[in-house]
Amino acid sequence: MLKKLLFITSLFVVPILQAQVLDQGQLHGSMEIDAQTYKPDSVIGAPSVPEKMGMNAFTQLDYTNGKISAGVRYEAYEDALNGYDARYNGQGIAYKYIRFADSTIDVTAGNFYEQFGSGLVLRSYWQYQLGVDNSIDGIRLKYNIYKGISVKGVIGHQRYFWGEGTGIVRGIDGEINLNQLIPHWDTVKTKIILGGSFVSNYQAPDNTTYNVPGNVGASAGRITISNGGFSFYSEYAYKINDPSVVNAYIYHPGQAFLVRTNYSTKGFSVSLSGESIDNMSFKSDRTATQNNLDINYLPALPRDETYQLAQIYPYATQPNGEMGLDAEMRYTIPKGSLLGGEHGTELDAEFSAINALDTTNLNDLNTTRQAYSVNYFGVSSKIYFNNLTLELKHKFSSKFRMILQYQDEAYNKDVIQDEVGYGIIHCNIGIADGYYRIAESNTLHLEFQELYTKKDQGSWAFGMAEMNFGSNWFAGLLDEYNYGNPISNQQIHYYTITGGYTHNALRVTLGYGKTRSGILCVGGVCREVPASDGFSISITNSF
Amino acid sequence: MRGYIIAILILISGNLFSQEVRDAKIPAVPIKTVSGLPFNTSKFNNNGKPMIIDFWATWCVPCIKELNAIADKYDYWQKETGVKMIIIAVDTVHNTTTVASFVKNKGWRYEVYLDQDGKVQEAMNVMDTPCTMVVDGSGKIVWVHNSYNDGDEDKAFEVVKKLAAKK
Repeated sequence: MLKKLLFITSLFVVPILQAQVLDQGQLHGSMEIDAQTYKPDSVIGAPSVPEKMGMNAFTQLDYTNGKISAGVRYEAYEDALNGYDARYNGQGIAYKYIRFADSTIDVTAGNFYEQFGSGLVLRSYWQYQLGVDNSIDGIRLKYNIYKGISVKGVIGHQRYFWGEGTGIVRGIDGEINLNQLIPHWDTVKTKIILGGSFVSNYQAPDNTTYNVPGNVGASAGRITISNGGFSFYSEYAYKINDPSVVNAYIYHPGQAFLVRTNYSTKGFSVSLSGESIDNMSFKSDRTATQNNLDINYLPALPRDETYQLAQIYPYATQPNGEMGLDAEMRYTIPKGSLLGGEHGTELDAEFSAINALDTTNLNDLNTTRQAYSVNYFGVSSKIYFNNLTLELKHKFSSKFRMILQYQDEAYNKDVIQDEVGYGIIHCNIGIADGYYRIAESNTLHLEFQELYTKKDQGSWAFGMAEMNFGSNWFAGLLDEYNYGNPISNQQIHYYTITGGYTHNALRVTLGYGKTRSGILCVGGVCREVPASDGFSISITNSF
Repeated sequence: MRGYIIAILILISGNLFSQEVRDAKIPAVPIKTVSGLPFNTSKFNNNGKPMIIDFWATWCVPCIKELNAIADKYDYWQKETGVKMIIIAVDTVHNTTTVASFVKNKGWRYEVYLDQDGKVQEAMNVMDTPCTMVVDGSGKIVWVHNSYNDGDEDKAFEVVKKLAAKK
């Protein structure tokens, strides 16, 4: 009875409170609800789910009044969708903060997300789709010391599902913008920014087998240089020995080095990136695994794939060691030329090659446990990932445009997905993606894709037809067909029918169909996606 | 009790969603220019004329479609209303280094910023890309639209035209 009374009262009180709050400051926020029903399907491997459905949801509210802001995010996992860690099951306030910021000082108490440089020694972030949230709960201070010089410091514990990790994360980062600092350099065409970070984690050295360090420190230095169409970025990070579950309790120090450079002019650009990672998993708990309690972030060299079949074999950064190169060139054939046509033609070529580090086994696991030495000027012949992508985009008319893509990929499934016995999967992918504008607000979107391989689950084909009705409604039909599966009863159609409504910031999507098992990766960080069969609904909005 | 809490949250959200406009000022959040220089979102301005802020990524196909569609009309839009396009790349760390070359290659004449650590998305409640916001001359966000279908850019321009006409 009391609950009902509270509920009915709140229907009237909440809007009044909102109105009052809105009068004095600004209240804004966002929300998302994702729900899915589960039907067991032994053919595709969809398990029986006792709850019959799962739901992930959150609402974030942020209030700003002058220099003060505060916010809260309420999350509910009843129960978490399959593929998310079951330790999320439950609901509660997962994120709360209060912040003061002016032009000189910026202080946050509570939860916050932060990144130093490209994240090699510290990046706390929230990736809802991946189920990653390593926010720091503590204090963050940013201070602009002098024109062109800024520092920031953080201290706190990281989120660990509905609790916090035991490690205390402390970090400081400084950045110097030479063009702002040095008199008269603000007009110099060459821009130079220097930065440096130090991050330390303390966790009681309570391992009963190994003598582990309580404090683990990592430092990094970085430089950005740009001049017109040219830019260069490089960062180097070093971490002291950090024995953990991820590196099998070895005492080898960690290192990471990355360099990115690119040149561009109108209609043409080229970029070249390189990366070397050696034992750089950095967590605030030495027993944590998967994506939990990561203090740092190791960016992936290859770009994120957006097409369905190209996502079957996505790359995940290997924190224990990798060395890679990525080169990309884009060229726009000018409008009006023979090949450019009336609207121009865009060409894009990208090549990524990532191999294991060139290491020598030291056979010292019973003594110093350094495990291996590394030749940073060499590359192991062990392939992790090779990919060549060629893409052509052409707008034939104001009504019809098309994207054609071809990929040649070699994928070490054993290493990237921590499996056994698959070896390197070589595949070729062809994609045709077309849009035909039937009327002012009616566009037909057609996609045809094929992934050809003789390994793993064999070849796949994918077709999609999606149509917008007016400016708010859409509906689509998708079929992912594993026609090349060597097991005949696994040659399955994974069909999905989908539809939805969009209006300003609101998006509602309904779907029904089968989803294949696989992995979902964003920026080189991945989670498993189990097979499923059932209805789904997704609602997102912001205000 | 759980159902009750969820219902309240949805209720709060629902009440607020009924507002078509945010009517909120652009928050003051550190951001980087495409050259990597520090900037602050509170300094976005267009001398009292409307602005369109677009969150996008180099890997986001509908984002590119939208920005290409606007590029074809941008001269006319600017002539009619003086609107300025500000695009904020939300690419992960690897891709941020290629944003400048990507934009230059496209020939887009927009102001470009990098939200490398996601703070601007967080502060402006950006759920997904593309996310398009129309901002009035005083810096108030008056219209928000998620996703992109052909012709959606014209909805944004309708709002811009109304703002320009008010002046």
